[in-house]
Amino acid sequence: MTALLNVKDLRAYYGQVQALHSLSFSLNEGSLTTLLGANGAGKTTTLRAICNMVRTTGTIEFDGRPLTSRSTENIVSLGIAHVPQGRGTFTTLTVEENLQLGAYTRNDKATIASDIERMYAYFPKLKERHTQQAGTLSGGEQQMLAVARALMLRPRLMLLDEPSFGLAPLIVRDLFKILGQINREEKVSLLVVEQNAQLALELADQAYVIETGRIVMAGGAKEISNDENVRKSYLGY
Amino acid sequence: MELFTNQVLAGIATGAIYACMALAVVMIYQAIDHLNFAQGEMAMFSTFVSWQLLQWGLPYWAAFLLTLAFSFAGGIAIERILFKPLAKAPILTQVAGFIALFSIINSCAGLIWDFTIKQYPTPFGSAPFLGSQLISTHQAGMIGITVLLLIGLYVFFQYTRVGLAMRAAASVPESARLVGINTSWMIALGWGMAAAIGSIAGMLIAPVVFLEPNMMGGVLIYGFAAAVLGGLTSPFGAVVGGFLVGIFENLAGTYIPGVGNELKLPIALALIITVLVVKPAGLFGRHIVKRV
Amino acid sequence: MSAVEELASQAPAVQAVPKRAMTLSSGTAFVVVLLLLIVPLFAKNFVIFQLTQLLYYGLAVLALNILTGGSGQFSLGQSAFYAIGAYTSAILMEQYDVNYALTLPIAGIICFAAGFLFGQPALRLSGVYLALATFALATAMPQLLKLGFFEKWTGGVQGQVVTKPDAPFGLPMSQDMWLYYFTLAVTIAIYIFSVNLLRSRSGRAFMAIRDNEIAASAMGINVSLYKTLAFGVSAGITGVAGGLGAIAVQFVAPDSFTITLAIQLFLGMVVGGVGWLPGSFIGAAFIIFVPNIAESISKGLSGAVFGVLLFLVIFLVPHGARQVAMVGQQLLERARKR
Repeated sequence: MTALLNVKDLRAYYGQVQALHSLSFSLNEGSLTTLLGANGAGKTTTLRAICNMVRTTGTIEFDGRPLTSRSTENIVSLGIAHVPQGRGTFTTLTVEENLQLGAYTRNDKATIASDIERMYAYFPKLKERHTQQAGTLSGGEQQMLAVARALMLRPRLMLLDEPSFGLAPLIVRDLFKILGQINREEKVSLLVVEQNAQLALELADQAYVIETGRIVMAGGAKEISNDENVRKSYLGY
Repeated sequence: MELFTNQVLAGIATGAIYACMALAVVMIYQAIDHLNFAQGEMAMFSTFVSWQLLQWGLPYWAAFLLTLAFSFAGGIAIERILFKPLAKAPILTQVAGFIALFSIINSCAGLIWDFTIKQYPTPFGSAPFLGSQLISTHQAGMIGITVLLLIGLYVFFQYTRVGLAMRAAASVPESARLVGINTSWMIALGWGMAAAIGSIAGMLIAPVVFLEPNMMGGVLIYGFAAAVLGGLTSPFGAVVGGFLVGIFENLAGTYIPGVGNELKLPIALALIITVLVVKPAGLFGRHIVKRV
Repeated sequence: MSAVEELASQAPAVQAVPKRAMTLSSGTAFVVVLLLLIVPLFAKNFVIFQLTQLLYYGLAVLALNILTGGSGQFSLGQSAFYAIGAYTSAILMEQYDVNYALTLPIAGIICFAAGFLFGQPALRLSGVYLALATFALATAMPQLLKLGFFEKWTGGVQGQVVTKPDAPFGLPMSQDMWLYYFTLAVTIAIYIFSVNLLRSRSGRAFMAIRDNEIAASAMGINVSLYKTLAFGVSAGITGVAGGLGAIAVQFVAPDSFTITLAIQLFLGMVVGGVGWLPGSFIGAAFIIFVPNIAESISKGLSGAVFGVLLFLVIFLVPHGARQVAMVGQQLLERARKR
């Protein structure tokens, strides 16, 4: 397998504050990778750095192409879908319009329409509410909408920022099941940032643990979840 | 009763002016999320450009279309040169920028075309419309064009890809970038469209209020009021708001004793505020559902 | 929508300014007051008049700053309160022979009441809607003052002449200079009051509302009360400024108090730095002197020159004079450390 995403010596800054310190990691095509760590470790910043939404130095390559000099819009059009923290719902637009926007960079009208139907098959709740203003959806429904909207891009890589945030455990289970399905069936590589380490490790095949802006642990998801020391010191379960 | 009907009709006729301006206001509000105080002056400048083209002997509709193109490009240019660098500045600083732009355009137009009042032609004629003394063919034509514009905007926003993208960029800019929308250009496009619509308003209003650098001051205020009354996010609301403001203003002038021309504006505004106190999102504004 | 997103998507219109950053250090304040005391002794009468103007316009900008920078509410209606204050002073002085100094607190109280009352319906409005409501007030005021019904007191369109007071106790100074020192004393008193207000419990309540209204009400702050209170205080100070203005200009007329005045005060606040009280006086200097400068550069295009100058200022320092002061302070601190 070749590396789909390759990050080397990534440093990110918010104003004067450095949030990432020489971060390096890679992600294989078709893999489901999770990025774990405590609050403020730099997980969200890493995802934002990939989409060039913070000031960075270092190199980020996607499929061999450098990303750091591209604008966010441009990075998205390469096939990277980012589900931001807090879901980023277009609250004033309808559910269906949200989905259409997911396919903004695509030009194939017919397949867009069939993709929307496919999303409704994944998430029947969204179909029920397709004319409703998206802001009126519940938190779980909005998360599903966010995932569906990202899939509408037909991405090669999907970045998910804390998909479990604020959701009831049962809904999280469902969502993660669908994420696994997406990874297997749609051949989308996933990079999932999570605080719920246990759940994320069950789902993922690769894992990185990040602490105060540095990678402190990397390996297969199984190994990491089996290593009691790592679990106790970094993941807290 | 006849007096009442007549005043309502007259109100609709003036309301068409406000409706047209309110459409431009809503357009810019969609793009940049606040009101552009220089919008009236931009429209005034465009109208002067069309007047100049007419003076040079161009036929009316050719001048109309050329002015439209000029205004569209001008609006984009203003955004790119003056307001894009201010995108990260606080909102109130941007408002100060609008006031500066107002001052610049007004002063330049005065220098180029001086402050004397000029006649401006109408393509519709000024005969009474369907025998009514209160609405002239020009005013009827103006209402017609406003309605056409409204339908055009509705179709644009609801059924085109760019229209949807503009709404998305206005709704949550960051998410819009994450689906691949170039939000910065959406804003520029909004400026261009607002300037073009404003120029239409200016060219339709000029035969009624005459052409001079200060012609838009009052009109813009009524346009703002109309847009706010209609809910700021809805082009349809803006047009209805425009007609309502026109009717309010006429009825207040007729029925409230002691209201001269000068108190009409405050009274119309007071009425609008009363409406807003009852319905804070305007009559047709989309009520944004917030979950805390 | 999660609470986190709600916070993020509801960025306040006015940027948060920490309390301490709102004022001057005592050393700087001392130097400034000293300069304000000494300079008029060596200046011509016209310059003294302009300095007086700077002070009372500065007060009016400060009042807006308390409202907008302090409590996050926006007003285009300050000219109306300014007019009420100016007319109160003028009428009391000329028709009821009240001492000029006594008219000011009365003007302040009347305007406080007017502002507090206006703040009630304004509670339901925010942002653009509040701007429109206050704007309506500003446009209505000159017309109301012209009404025949009030003409007996206001003098109608003609306006009302105000007599300039002499220096008391036979002090050997010109009327202009006396008025300057009188205005300076009032200004310093109000400035100190404002600083203390913003540092007090009420000031913290204002700022909490400015930064996040929902969180403020959840903490038990009576949002309605403090919002209307901010309106009242702001209007009251504006009223005193208006009274001082009437005495200094020796004339009040409806057309001196149009929306243009409100816009000038707004520009003064932005140029001075929203939320930074000392900036109010820098902003006042901008709105008094820059139009004159523009006029001297080009008579025909003075409006355009003014616009360009304003653009230059906001391009260079989008946060106003406050930004300059902060950069200056940082440089000073760095220099000290070396």
